Amino acid sequence: MLDRPSRIMTGSLPLAVPSVLKMYSEAQNYSGVPHPHGAPLKSKLLVQEFCFFYGTAQALFTINIDIPEHHVTAFIGPSGCGKSTLLRCMNRLNDLIEGARHEGKILLDNEDIFSPAIDITDLRKRVGMVFQRSNPFPKSIYENVAYGPRLQGVKNRTVLDGIVEDSLRGAGLWEEVKDRLNKSALGLSGGQQQRLCIARALAVKPDVLLMDEPCSALDPIATGRIEELLFSLKKELTIVIVTHNMQQAARVSDWTAFLYMGQLVEFGLTKQLFTAPAKKQTEDYITGRFG
Amino acid sequence: MKRWFKQFLATGDLFVWCCGAGLSLSLLMIGGLLLLILVNGFGYFWPADLVELTMKDGKHVVGQLAGDDVSPKGVPRIRMKVGNRDLYGLDFKWIETDQIVERGRPVELVMLERMEWGNFYGRAVALVKEDQVIAEGTGPVLKALHLLLPREGGNDTLDMYRLLVSDANGKEKSIPLDQILRVLTPNDLSIIEKLWVYVGNIWTLLTTEPREANTEGGLFPAIFGTVMMVIIMSIIVTPFGVIGALYLREYARQGVVVRIVRIAVNNLAGVPSIVFGVFGLGFFVYGVGGTVDALWFPERLPTPTFGTGGILWASLTLALLTVPVVIVATEEGLAAVPREYREGSIGLGATKWETIWQVVLPAALPGILTGLILAMARAAGEVAPLMLTGVVKLAPALPIDGTWPFLHLDRKFMHLGFHIYDVGFQSPNVEAAKPMVYVTTMVLILVVVTLNLAGIVLRNRVRKKYAGSAV
Repeated sequence: MLDRPSRIMTGSLPLAVPSVLKMYSEAQNYSGVPHPHGAPLKSKLLVQEFCFFYGTAQALFTINIDIPEHHVTAFIGPSGCGKSTLLRCMNRLNDLIEGARHEGKILLDNEDIFSPAIDITDLRKRVGMVFQRSNPFPKSIYENVAYGPRLQGVKNRTVLDGIVEDSLRGAGLWEEVKDRLNKSALGLSGGQQQRLCIARALAVKPDVLLMDEPCSALDPIATGRIEELLFSLKKELTIVIVTHNMQQAARVSDWTAFLYMGQLVEFGLTKQLFTAPAKKQTEDYITGRFG
Repeated sequence: MKRWFKQFLATGDLFVWCCGAGLSLSLLMIGGLLLLILVNGFGYFWPADLVELTMKDGKHVVGQLAGDDVSPKGVPRIRMKVGNRDLYGLDFKWIETDQIVERGRPVELVMLERMEWGNFYGRAVALVKEDQVIAEGTGPVLKALHLLLPREGGNDTLDMYRLLVSDANGKEKSIPLDQILRVLTPNDLSIIEKLWVYVGNIWTLLTTEPREANTEGGLFPAIFGTVMMVIIMSIIVTPFGVIGALYLREYARQGVVVRIVRIAVNNLAGVPSIVFGVFGLGFFVYGVGGTVDALWFPERLPTPTFGTGGILWASLTLALLTVPVVIVATEEGLAAVPREYREGSIGLGATKWETIWQVVLPAALPGILTGLILAMARAAGEVAPLMLTGVVKLAPALPIDGTWPFLHLDRKFMHLGFHIYDVGFQSPNVEAAKPMVYVTTMVLILVVVTLNLAGIVLRNRVRKKYAGSAV
C-alpha cells in the first residue's frame, strides 16, 4: 500500500465499492491496526474530483476523499492549504461567498449535495458545523440550543426542554449549566461556549459534524474535554475535524487527510499516516520539517 | 536648536497639548452656553424683591432689578423691570445711578400677575365690590384677596370685584379681579416661601398654556407637541431606516449602484432642512393630504382637513430628514455583527431571513438605537421644515384629547423650537419676552436630553441583556 499513489481514490472508482473500505481492510491486514470501534465501515461523505475556486483563484485541486461513517476524520496541513475550504464545502457554507464556484461532486449518503434537488437548509441540518471561534448567539443558553429545533417548527415546550437537555448532556455541558439555562450564553467560559456550540449543533440531530479547528482558542483542559466528547459523539455521528495540532489529530482521529497547497497529498488510517507516511511531504510535515 | 525641536516633535507632546487645548476650548464653550441658558432660565422663576427708588427729581420708581451696565455716555446705570405696561408702555427702564437718592424695599409693595398688560408693581389701595369699599390699606386688602382668589374653585362672582391699586407715584388704577391671576408681596416673603413660589412657577410653566402672545404663561402645549412629534417621527423612521439599511447591507449586490445609493443617502443628511420643509409642503401636505381630502373628506372642501399642515406631515417630513442617520447607523451596526453569528445560524439550517431576524437584527439593535437617538436629537431641534408643515404660534387643541378618534394627526401643533423664534423675534414686546426665550431654550434642551437619555437607557438595557460579563 505504501507505494500506491497518495490519492487513494481515483475518480473513476464505482460508488458501490468505495475503495477506502478496501483500503481499510488492507491496512488492517497489513499493519495490524485495530478497528477503531465496532461499527461496520460505511461511506458517509464522498468527495469526488472536487475543485473549488474563489473567483479566479483555485483553492482546491481535484480532491477525492471517502469519509467513513461513525469515524473521526481529521484534515491536517499548513495554513492556507484548503482544509477549511473543503470542510466548509461539505455543508455548502461557501455558497455565501460571492464569486465562489466548484467543480466535481460531494456525495452525502450517495446524494450529490450540489444537486438542485437538495434542500440547502435540510442539508445544513444534516451536516452540522462547529467553528474555530466559538460563536454562541447573544441569547440565553437555552435559546441557543433551542434555536435549531425552533427553526424546524418545534414549539412544544416539553419537547424543546427534552431536546435542550439531551443536547447539553451530549456535549457534556448539562451539569455545568442546568441551573442557569436562562442566563446569557456569552457569560460562559471559552471551553463551555465551544461545547455549547456543539450542543447547539447536536440539537438539530445531524448525521455529520464538521469541526473547524474547534480547540484552537482553548486551553489544554478545555481541549481535553472536547476531545473526550468526540469519542462519545462518534457512536452517533460522523465527525470531520480540521486541526493544526498534529498531536490532536493523532489522538482523536481514526483517519487523517494531509492537504498541501490545495491538493490532497495523503489520506489513510491515522496510525498508518503518522507512523509510516507514504509520502515524503507528509513525513516532512508531521515531523515538523516544514509548514 | 533644530535637533532639540525635532526631538520635541518626536515625543508627541505638542500633539497631545494641542488636542487637549482644543477639547478644553470646546467644552468651555458648550459649558458656557449651557450655563448662560440655565442661569437665565432658572432665574426667570425667582420672585425677586421689589425695589423702590427715590429719584433726585422727587419721583419714585418701583420694580425688579434686571441687570446693570455703563451707558454709552459713560454713566453707570441699572435696568429695572417696572411693569405696568398699561401705564408706562414699556416694561423695562434704564436708570442712571447718580440720579438715585434712596433705595428701599417696603414690605407693602405688591406684584400682580394679570391676564393682560403684564405684571403690575405698586401698592394695593382698596378692594371694591360694586361701588362699595370692602377693604382699605395693604394688609386688609391682601387678607380679603386671599379669601377670594383661589380661581380653581370656580368663583364666578369675581367680576363683581375691582382692585384699586396705585403705582410708585400714586397714580391709581382699578383692575377687575377676574383679570388677576396672582397677588404676591415678594418683600414680605421668607426664603422658604420664595422657594415655594419658585417651584410653583416652574410647575405652572410646565403645565399651563401660554398667554399674551406667548410671552407669559406656560409651555405645556409646546412641550407636548415637541415630544409627540419626535415620538411619531421615531415610529416612522425606525422601520424605514432599518429596512433600507438591511437591503443595502444584506441583500443588495455590492457594486457601483449600491455605492451611488449609499453616497446619495449620506448626502441627503446634508441637505438644508428648509428644502425638506418645501418638499414636505409640496408632497405631503398638498400632494398626499390634498388627495386624502378629495377622497375621504370631500364634504368639508374647500376647507382642508389633511390638506394643510399637521403633526403627521411634520413628523413625516422630519422622518425623511433623519432617515439617513438611521440608515448609516444601522448599516454600521449590521457590519459589526460578527460573521460567526451568521455562519452559525446558517449552519444550523436557518434561511437568510431567519438568520437576519433572529440573530443579526438583535445583535445590531444597539447600533440601530444609536441611530434613533441621533435622529431624535436632530428632529427635536429642527424648526425650519416645521414652519412649512404644521407648526403654529398658538394651537388651541392638543393632538391628543378625549374626543373621538382621540389621536388627531391632522391637527396643527406647537413646538418649543418655533416657540423660541416666535417669542424672541416675532413678539410685540421683545424686551419683556427675553426671559421667556431663555426658559423655552432651557426646556427644549431638557426635553432633548430627556429623550436622548431614554434612548440611551434603552440601549444599555439591550446591551446588558446580551453582555458577556453577565453572570
